[in-house]
Amino acid sequence: MLEPAREEFPQPRVSPEIVAKHGLTPDEYQKIVKALGREPTYTELGVFSVMWSEHCSYKSSRYYLKNLPTEGPYVLQGPGENAGVVDIGGGLAVAFKMESHNHPSFIEPYQGAATGVGGILRDIFTMGARPIASLNSLRFGSIDHPRTRYLLSGVVAGIGGYGNCIGVPTVGGECYFDACYNANILVNAFTLGIVKKKRIFTGIAKGAGNPVMYVGSKTGRDGIHGATMASESFSEEKEQRRPTVQVGDPFTEKLLLEACLELMEKDFIIGIQDMGAAGLTSSSTEMAGRGGCGIELDLSTVPLREKGMTPYEILLSESQERMLLVAKKGTEDAIKKIFDKWDLDAVVVGRVTDDQQFHALWQGEEVARIPIRMLTKDAPVYQRPATRPANHEQIQQLDLSSVAEPSDLSAAFKQLLASPNIASKEWIYRQYDHFVRTNTVVAPGADAAVIRIKGTKKGLALTVDGNSRYCYLDPYVGGVLAVVEAARNLACVGARPIGLTDCLNFGSPENPEVMWQFAQVIQGMRAACLALNVPVVSGNVSFYNETDGVPIHPTPTIGMVGILDKVERLVTPWFKSSGDVVVMLGRTREELGGSEYLQWLHGLTRGTPPWIDLKMEQAVQRCCLEAIDQGMLRSAHDISDGGLAVALAECCIGGPEKPLGVRVQTHEMIRADALLFSESQSRIIVSLEEEDMGRLQEIGTRHNVPVQQIGVVGGTRFSIQPLVQLPLEELKSIWSNGLQARLK
Amino acid sequence: MRWAVITFPGSCDDHDVFDSLKSDLGQQVKFLWHKEELKGNFDCIVLPGGFSYGDYLRCGAVARFSPIMRGVVKFAQSGGLVLGICNGFQILCESGLLPGALVRNAGLQFVCQQVYLRVEEIDTPFTGGLKKGQLLRLPVKHGEGCYYADAKTLERMHKNRQILLRYVDSKGKITATANPNGSLENIAGVCNEGRNVFGLMPHPEDACSKILGGDDGARIFMSIAAACAERARRHA
Repeated sequence: MLEPAREEFPQPRVSPEIVAKHGLTPDEYQKIVKALGREPTYTELGVFSVMWSEHCSYKSSRYYLKNLPTEGPYVLQGPGENAGVVDIGGGLAVAFKMESHNHPSFIEPYQGAATGVGGILRDIFTMGARPIASLNSLRFGSIDHPRTRYLLSGVVAGIGGYGNCIGVPTVGGECYFDACYNANILVNAFTLGIVKKKRIFTGIAKGAGNPVMYVGSKTGRDGIHGATMASESFSEEKEQRRPTVQVGDPFTEKLLLEACLELMEKDFIIGIQDMGAAGLTSSSTEMAGRGGCGIELDLSTVPLREKGMTPYEILLSESQERMLLVAKKGTEDAIKKIFDKWDLDAVVVGRVTDDQQFHALWQGEEVARIPIRMLTKDAPVYQRPATRPANHEQIQQLDLSSVAEPSDLSAAFKQLLASPNIASKEWIYRQYDHFVRTNTVVAPGADAAVIRIKGTKKGLALTVDGNSRYCYLDPYVGGVLAVVEAARNLACVGARPIGLTDCLNFGSPENPEVMWQFAQVIQGMRAACLALNVPVVSGNVSFYNETDGVPIHPTPTIGMVGILDKVERLVTPWFKSSGDVVVMLGRTREELGGSEYLQWLHGLTRGTPPWIDLKMEQAVQRCCLEAIDQGMLRSAHDISDGGLAVALAECCIGGPEKPLGVRVQTHEMIRADALLFSESQSRIIVSLEEEDMGRLQEIGTRHNVPVQQIGVVGGTRFSIQPLVQLPLEELKSIWSNGLQARLK
Repeated sequence: MRWAVITFPGSCDDHDVFDSLKSDLGQQVKFLWHKEELKGNFDCIVLPGGFSYGDYLRCGAVARFSPIMRGVVKFAQSGGLVLGICNGFQILCESGLLPGALVRNAGLQFVCQQVYLRVEEIDTPFTGGLKKGQLLRLPVKHGEGCYYADAKTLERMHKNRQILLRYVDSKGKITATANPNGSLENIAGVCNEGRNVFGLMPHPEDACSKILGGDDGARIFMSIAAACAERARRHA
């Protein structure tokens, strides 16, 4: 080998074209040159391009995100780490986070979704927590769009393929279809793990001279510039980007999970971080950034999957199932022994330094030297222009007198029940293992999933929620509703919220109208979080969900976690026995703006979303929780998409047991279609024994919540007098087949 | 009674079996690591569910070569009780300890749901505490659970009454819709000719506690425990 190492890989001269290809603006490039005091090398340019990408730097969102309330008495770790951590008492804590994998899932649905699950799982176990439950929030284009079936099948199989294989149950989720996602689907994955308070790990590098170790899979060429791809909009040519989608290997991740948790029982490591987006580069620089130190990597020691990889490729690879850790000096061999047991690589690839530089070597030569600050704290932050969309006033106009009331309301109801947004999602969740780890008390299909916490009497309730139609029509109110509905879902099973994580999916931040939507959604979320006292402990922003200049509807998805002090007190949405009385907490208004009914039956996405009074919302939730605490409720179900009629139907037929009929009488003086399908907020349907009615009334009066007895459980028919009459079996068959029939 | 649960690389339900036996059923149970030789005295060895070696090759085809399997085969041959659940069932079929094979579900998708099972034979340690024709409700969760055996093997299994569990509807009838994976004759669980090795696709360990939706799974484990106690009594 007489050739000098330098010539083994291309180091093109950095030209304006190359800068542009790396997604950096001329201004950003000038900033780099100024701070370095020289032109960057090609390898350094690659490092900057990923670390300053929207995906890694949050440069357009950071200014607004700081408005979200992130603190609370039980928050042990807020945003900025791999996951948020909340104390649940008894020396235990939960770590949770939600993350998007939208762009890769559109390009390669199976692997895109699978690696999304893999990534969020690593974010959780890197904190020292054992993942015990996953959920997901999915958005696809119109059910009739030719690509939807392929994308849906692939994404669901990918989520199942990864989650099932690694042995973490998928206990819940949501899935919506809307034409605004035809060219940009959303795949948001949530995972929660449990950790002893004393054994929480963070992604930090400290102590000059301590070894930096690489553990897990070998590095290949997959996923190079994935972070940059996720920071751009789609256009026709970008569908050719398949090679930037990573390939998942859940088996290796399972080994990595077990090996890491075994290692974390010992006292060997200072900090640990998953190599996710921007791989080795982001994990090493972020860890050094948090510890205020430097890091030196010898890229020649990185385990490689193929020959001839350049330092540029090694630094930017997004190969999956890899972690970086900073060990206490002298523990290297003991660490290697643990990974050896699990047949995984564990190699020293560098060391912590005290010069606050990111320093990369390749066969003894320097290939990058960049101050850590420039890649972390000093990355650009933009306060981008934000303007209210030109069509905003127009889309909010809705003249209900021009919307004809259906002459046959039973027929209209049947049509709505078959909407893929309303119909049963069993076709999806039966592909996910929701039993493994023997904690699942309430499986998918309820308002919130419930898992028990072994060794305690407690339970956790988990939900993901978000209605993008509301956000499109009024992003502020939409932001409020996303948070309150998640909290209401928890209240319906009897849980009090302890924290939330979010995925904020939007179009391009360079579009002022999108930026306005973003700012408004954040303000709405803030108001709701403050009112309900729920801190935001982690989250993720996904911009550039747009194609050929057309953005998706603003889609914040909220993952919320609640606690039940006594898990056996939990309540499910389904009616339990004939003769129980059916009660609505809250009041129905004539509100059809943004409703599923208006969209699915009338083809209109218009009007303003339902009105919300945060005080009333809180009162309704408290009323429900108090009634559950006193053990008087047989069932509780949130009224949301599709309104009262759909919620009642779900109470009758949605459960795992035998369906039960219902006879409801209504007296509201509003349009019949609004009475059935209005999505008025702050409403919950509960059922209870008649003798408990007085006690429930008393709780309602105390909280100033309307408590209306609307019917009785029983019979073989579903009847809302005098509007809708259907046999139970017909109802069940329409609802069960609505989605499935369209996927055959 | 001494239980052992083997952890293969990629086993997922090893903790489930361990926790259910220990916490819900108060049994004595130990983990065994697949790379080790089988040592110690056990009454029943459980091969748990999961995705050993990622199921990247045929399910169970690699795990059967794990060092511990030599000991498991000997243990079974000398009459020890071996229970294989899901991936464990697949490994037992690959090892030749059980007849037949498990192939891709007829619907080509992973299936996770509750099923009803009918107890077909009760003269085994695994089903001795149950009644013939009794229904059990247990979850299944698998992508390759479609049971297959050639005509000759099947005939032999009939003759020896080796089919212990079948998928049925809530009334106990064998129907096509009650069959979640297209298994031949709705077969959900089989034993060997010696009646000391049992494999099933449903997961009894996920149904050992009322709060998780049912405890029919406990009936299988307690059958085994009772059989072992009886054996011990006879030997004493």
